[in-house]
Formats: sequence, structure tokens, C-alpha cells
Amino acid sequence: MQGWLCCGAVLSNVDDNLITKAGPNRILARAQRDGNTLVTLCAGCYNVLKRTDLHARQLSSTQQAINLFNEETFNGGVDVVHFLEVLRDRIGFDKIEKAVKVPLKRAPVGAYYGCLLLRPFGEMKFDDPNRPSILENLLTRLGCEPIDYPARTDCCGSYLSVGSPEDIQPLSQSIISSARASGAKLLAVSCPLCKYNLEAGQAAQNSNRPLPIVYFTQLLGLALGIESKELELDAQQTQAILENQTTINSVNRK
Amino acid sequence: MGVFVCHCGLNIAGMVNVEELVANAGKQTDVVFAVDHKYLCSEPGQTLIKDSIRQQHLDAVVVAACSPAMHETTFKNLTQLAGLNRYNCEVSNIREQNSWVHDSKDQATAKAQRLISQAIEKVKLNEPLQPITVPVTRQVLVIGGGIAGIRAALDVANAGIQVYLVEKSGSIGGRMAQLSETFPTLDCSTCILGPLMAEVYRHPKIKLLRLARVEEVKGYIGNYKVKVRQEPQYVHEAKCNACGECAKVCPAEVPNEFDLGLTWRKAIYTPFAQAVPPAYVLDARNCLGLLPQACGECQEACDKFGTSCIDLDAWPRVHELDVGAIIVTTGYDLYDATKLTEYGFGLFPDVMTSLEFERMLSASGPTNGEIKRPSDGRTPREIVFIQCAGQREPETALPYCSKICCMYTARHAMMFHHKIPDGQAYVFYMDIRAGGKGYEEFVKRCQEEKGLLYLRGRVSKVYEENGKLIVKGVDTLSGKLVQVIADLVILAVGMIPSVETHQLASTIKASLDPNGFFSEAHPKLRPLESPTAGIFLAGAGQAPKDIPETVAQASGAASKTLGLLANPTLEREPTVAQAVGEQCSGCGICIPLCPYGALSLNAQTKTVEVSEALCEGCGTCIASCPSSALTLRNLTDDQLIAMIEATVQ
Repeated sequence: MQGWLCCGAVLSNVDDNLITKAGPNRILARAQRDGNTLVTLCAGCYNVLKRTDLHARQLSSTQQAINLFNEETFNGGVDVVHFLEVLRDRIGFDKIEKAVKVPLKRAPVGAYYGCLLLRPFGEMKFDDPNRPSILENLLTRLGCEPIDYPARTDCCGSYLSVGSPEDIQPLSQSIISSARASGAKLLAVSCPLCKYNLEAGQAAQNSNRPLPIVYFTQLLGLALGIESKELELDAQQTQAILENQTTINSVNRK
Repeated sequence: MGVFVCHCGLNIAGMVNVEELVANAGKQTDVVFAVDHKYLCSEPGQTLIKDSIRQQHLDAVVVAACSPAMHETTFKNLTQLAGLNRYNCEVSNIREQNSWVHDSKDQATAKAQRLISQAIEKVKLNEPLQPITVPVTRQVLVIGGGIAGIRAALDVANAGIQVYLVEKSGSIGGRMAQLSETFPTLDCSTCILGPLMAEVYRHPKIKLLRLARVEEVKGYIGNYKVKVRQEPQYVHEAKCNACGECAKVCPAEVPNEFDLGLTWRKAIYTPFAQAVPPAYVLDARNCLGLLPQACGECQEACDKFGTSCIDLDAWPRVHELDVGAIIVTTGYDLYDATKLTEYGFGLFPDVMTSLEFERMLSASGPTNGEIKRPSDGRTPREIVFIQCAGQREPETALPYCSKICCMYTARHAMMFHHKIPDGQAYVFYMDIRAGGKGYEEFVKRCQEEKGLLYLRGRVSKVYEENGKLIVKGVDTLSGKLVQVIADLVILAVGMIPSVETHQLASTIKASLDPNGFFSEAHPKLRPLESPTAGIFLAGAGQAPKDIPETVAQASGAASKTLGLLANPTLEREPTVAQAVGEQCSGCGICIPLCPYGALSLNAQTKTVEVSEALCEGCGTCIASCPSSALTLRNLTDDQLIAMIEATVQ
């Protein structure tokens, strides 16, 4: 995509600070020049862009002001989809299952959704906000054994890690302990901020054996036969994923 | 002609220049008198109209005020009282269709001016009409045998009028029969309902039709023709002595609806111990041997030990009833708690709805009144009540408040404390709505004497951990997140109209509100009537309400019904369709279009005739007639053209 920029990371809920809305509107205006669908990888971008598009469709006076300021007109109409939706709806989980070269045999992965993929449900309409299943459904096809745990839709603390990092710890701790108690050996996420907060929270605890946090795309890559090094998975993370395989080497040979 | 303009306080005068309207109306042809008044509907206002008609020798009147739905009858009665024909009065709506919806005084005044001119032109061409008189059938249909239907049926029948009470299940009693106690006096529900049910059963003027549904309603106020379909009576209602020998041998077991699936029943069963009629019911859907007859164990047992009252070859029956009025008391169901995924209902057995908990509290319930966890049968120590579950949430669930949950939750928490004194009850609430006689005092007593912990805030999540339920929520008074480790969670799920309401509404042609409850004719002044004349409403089918309010509404609806039936005849509006014989070609296009079956072709003259008693004056036939052979009285084409000309002048 030409001329992409930062989405702003958080959708501002204030009405009178329009500058925070300039960025995402620019992205969508530029995306619209090339097509009507925009795929996002990060849960945060997905949330901001999808909701920006919905707000733009209302053609409010705020939207006119943003358009005047941006000198790029956007009045909604871009279908913002998350990469998980692409995998499910455009490619199909069946096809992915067939393409798996290295089944991640029974890897006990906890899917961590956090907030931004799911909420607010009225606007996101991504999955059941309390009992989502899309990530688990994908992980199952990759050979993993998804672990259900109560905290998988809890908030990681988001940008509190910037202003008051001490508030992050209890949140990430409760998520990690909930996942561990249910038997998860690693967590799969779709958002870099979730990943950072969950890792930083464990680091602050000086955890000896922290629960590895990986992107779901890294698991997908590994299952499709991409080298762990290329996926930037470290030894500990790879080990957690492939613990139930015979040996790591045998996988690499295949 | 006289023109009367109402201020309606500031409702009209705040947006419309009333003085200007009066001045301009006075200038119109045929208008000899124009005046304004602060409230024309009040006694001084009415006197002003009446006296003006006499003193000014008026022969027609235009009242510019609120919607005719509001006070047209009042003003027409007044005109009649002053000696004119009531159809020489027209109401021009300058409130709902003008002052309430506009924000420019100049434009609203100009529009009001045109609306008044319209009415002036119309009334000039109005014919003086006499009301149509029709006979009244002095019998009443009551749909639904809950407490509302029971009360309404008894009140009507006690006045000597024949009542048909139609109940879809095997017994009357409704939701109230499922309750253990009632707030705020803690009366045992069965003890106060049971005698009324028995009275219905014994009443010579009430014919109770169980397992029955209203299939078709034809006719109009005072003269309905109703078809009621009754499921096959496999068990003869009068012969059965409820000995229960049949159920003992029945091999089919299904979840018991009365206990909300917490217990099992046989395919031949009694709905509950105090059921009325006191006869067994055969559930044809779950019976193993009806078609083809394979089992028949119950029949054998009944022939051997009982009263030979089972006939497995019974057929459904259609009752054709003539009634003058219909009272709709169809009640409520509960919102589907499985949709509230945050609370885990349906996933965790120890998350229950309040109605399930109610059954558990009942001495005749699944645990004989003992509180036990459904998962392991253990006695719970910590219990969490979640009020407003799926209610007051316009975005995801029900937008409205069910009105009764604050009260029964307080009662449930109190009963819990009575039965498990060393337990602790927590109640998450949004705010306590305890308006009603003795209600606030009751809730306060529960909170203060029983040591219940009321937490003002909502619950975000319920999940299971190590056999306990973890309830995460917020206490907005302390501003803290709270977590309760509970043994049992009770959801105060909202009330929704009972499942078949929509279908019934279209059968009886009664309108529903956006939430699916029956609409009333006017929210304040006619709360007991449907907008469809002759149909009265009572109970939770109209809106969520508690037992005292339901009973009051039922008696009110019964009294309205009796008022309707008090006269041997009934007057209907004569503003109906009229056929002009010589213009009619007899094509018959209009006949199937009439929603009321009021048109027919005269076999001899080969022209269409209108039954004035059936016609509602909707005008469908008039629009369809290719030869302009039909016309609506006092809304003729000439009148419409004159009105349009007055508007666009």
C-alpha cells in the first residue's frame, strides 16, 4: 500500500480532538485509491481502522472537518478485515490444514484475544466477545491443542504500560496465571502491545521460565514449514511449540 | 361556522402564533366566529364551544387542537350536546403534526393556517350522519390462563356473562403457579392462587378450554366469530381422577417444563400438583405410541386401575365461539439467558436463572425447597445475584427494565438467608427500583436486617475455577473492581412477551409495540385497551409488571368489557364506504381486497353492496374501484379536492 502511516494506535473517543483522527482517515483515503478491502495484522490497527471507517460513513460535520484538514476526502466504504478473517473466509481453514507441512502436534497453546479484536462488539462484530473461537479454530487446524482459559479476553492494560507500568503487572500476571493453571505452555496473540505487556509483566516478576508469547502468524509459518529462525522465534519459544514433537532436528529436516 | 383554536398550554401556543390563526380564520368565507382558548378540552373551554354554538347560531365547528385520536370524541359529543349533528364538527391537528415537530414559529404558524383551512373546507361538505347501531354478543373470550386471565374471567363471569377461557398448556395458573412466595408480604403463591384456580374450574359461567389456541378471529367489536383449536383430549378431563396410574407405567421421560427442566416428567403427566383442571395430560410429541399406536401402557393401566378415561384415538376439536369482546392475557417468557455469554449460563450448571431458583425455593419444587448446587447437590455458602441480566442494554440485549427483578431478587436473597443463615448473599445492581406499596421498606429490611451485600455495579464475567464460580465485577460506589468466589450465581433475566404473542397478534389483529408487547390504545388514558376496538389487555403481555398491578389491570379490563356489554346494542361510526349502485359494473375487484369481508355482490342487481356493520372505513375498496362506484362517507372525492385546494392555495 502506497503512503501508509501509523493508525494512531488508539481510537480517540473525544469529539473535539480531531487531530487524532487525521491519521486513520488518511490511511483509509489512500487505501481506497487501490481497492475496497484493507487487511490488517495487528488487533489495534484493525480496531482503529474498522471503527474509523464506520464513523466516516455517518457523514457527520466532524468528518467534513477531518476531510478539509487532511485535504484527502474519505467518507467511508473500505472493508477493513483482520488477517484471521482472510485466512478463514478467503483462503479457508480447510485449505490451510491441507497445506500444513509440520503439524504442531498437540502444542498446548492458549489463544489470547485481549480486547481490541472483539470490543466494542456493536462495531467490531468480529466474534462472540465473551466466547470467541476463531483463533482456536485456526490453531486446531495447525495441529495445536488450544487451551481454554477464563482470562483469554481480559485486557492486557494497553498503553498503561507507558504512563503507569506498575498497573500492567497485576493484569498480565492474572492472564498468565490463568493460562498456566489451565495448562497452556505458550500464548498466541495478534497484537504487538499485548505481546509486549505480557512479556514485560513477566520480566518484571523475574520469572525464571516465562510463558512464551508468540504471534499466531509465527505458529502458522512454522506449521507451513518455514524455518523458526526466519520467523524470529527463539529457541525457548520453538521448544515450547514443538515440545511434543520427536526432535526439533527431525522437523527441520522435513 | 365557528373556528376554535386551542393553545394547549404552551404545547401549541409555544410554536404557533395563535392570535394570527384566529384573525385569519375569521376572514375565511362562511366563518362567522373565531376564538382561542388556553385549554379547549377543559370544562371552561368546552363551555365556551357549547355556548358559542348557541349564541352565534353556528351550524358547523372546526376545533384546531391536538390529534383527533386524543379528543375528537369529546368535541363531537359537545357539538351534539349543543344541538348540532356530531359530524358537523372537524378536528384539525395542529399539535402532533405541527407544533410538536417544527422549530420555526413562522413556518409552523403558516402550516397550521393551511391545516385549519383544510378542515374548514371539509366540514362545509360533511353530511349529517347518524351512528350505525349493531347488536352485541354478550359472551367474552379470555386468552391466557395466568393470574391476569383468571382474574379477568372471574370478574366478567361473576357479572353473569359467559366466559370462554383459552389456555395453551394443560393447566391454568401461568407463571404465578411456578412461584414459591410473592413480594413484599411473602404470601405463599400457591395458597393465594390455588383457590382462584378452583373457582374458575367450578364457575358455571366459565368454560375452560385447556390445550387450546385461538386460530381465527373474524368480525368486529361486539360481534366476533372466533375459532379455537383444542388439541386432542386423550385424557377425558371430567372422568380423570388424577390417580396417576398411567404415569407410573409410561416409559417416556422428558424434562419437566414447569420445573424448567430441573426435573423429569412422563409423556402422560399432570403439569403440577395443584393443576386445574385436575386431570392428566398426554404430551403427543413425546408419547411413544400414538401414530402408529405402539405402546398403550397408560390406557391399559387406566382401564385396570383407574377410571378408563384414556382414549388414544382422540381427535383435535375446533370450537366456534361468538363473543362480543376479547381480553388478551398472554403473559411473558424469559429472555434466553444463553445469549448472555459473559455470565456462562448453559455452560456452568451452577449459573441459574431466577425462575429456576424460584422453583428450587418452592416446597413442591425439584429439591423440596432446599437450596442445592445443580452441579454437585452441595449446599451453597456464597451466592451472587446479578440484577438487570440482559436488561437495560439497548445495544446487545433488552433495552427496557422488567420492573419486578429488584423486588424478587431481594426476596430471593432473603429466602436464601432464611434457609442458609451462615451463608452470604451478594447482589449486583444498577439501581434499586422499589416503587410500590411496601416495596422500598421490604428491600431496606432485606438489606439491613439480613446482612445482604448490595454492590452497585455490573458483572463483566463469570467463569468456573476449581469447582467455584468466579464473579468479576465492579463496585462503583467504592470505585473498585471486585471478585466474588461464589457457589451459585442467579441471573435476574428480563421478561419478554410470551413466545406465541406475535402470531396471536396477527390472528386477532392487535398491534404490538417495538419490544413485541401488545400496544395499548393510549399509554395514559386507555391503558387497558388495544387500539383494535373490542380487544382488552391485561398482565405482562402488555408490559412487564408484577402481580398486584396485573390483577388490578385484569379487573380493570374486565370492568371495561362489562361496560361494553352492558348495552344490548352498540353504536359504530357511520363514516363507512358507500356503494353507488348505478356506477358499479359488478367487476368485483374490491371484494377480495376488503380486510373485513364487508363487501359482497348482489346476485340480482349484479352490483356491490357494503355491510355497514362490518366496514371499518379504511378506504381500500374505494382506491381499487375502476368506476368510482364506491365512496367514503364524509371523505368523498369532492371533499378531498376541496381540502387539497385549500392547502395549496
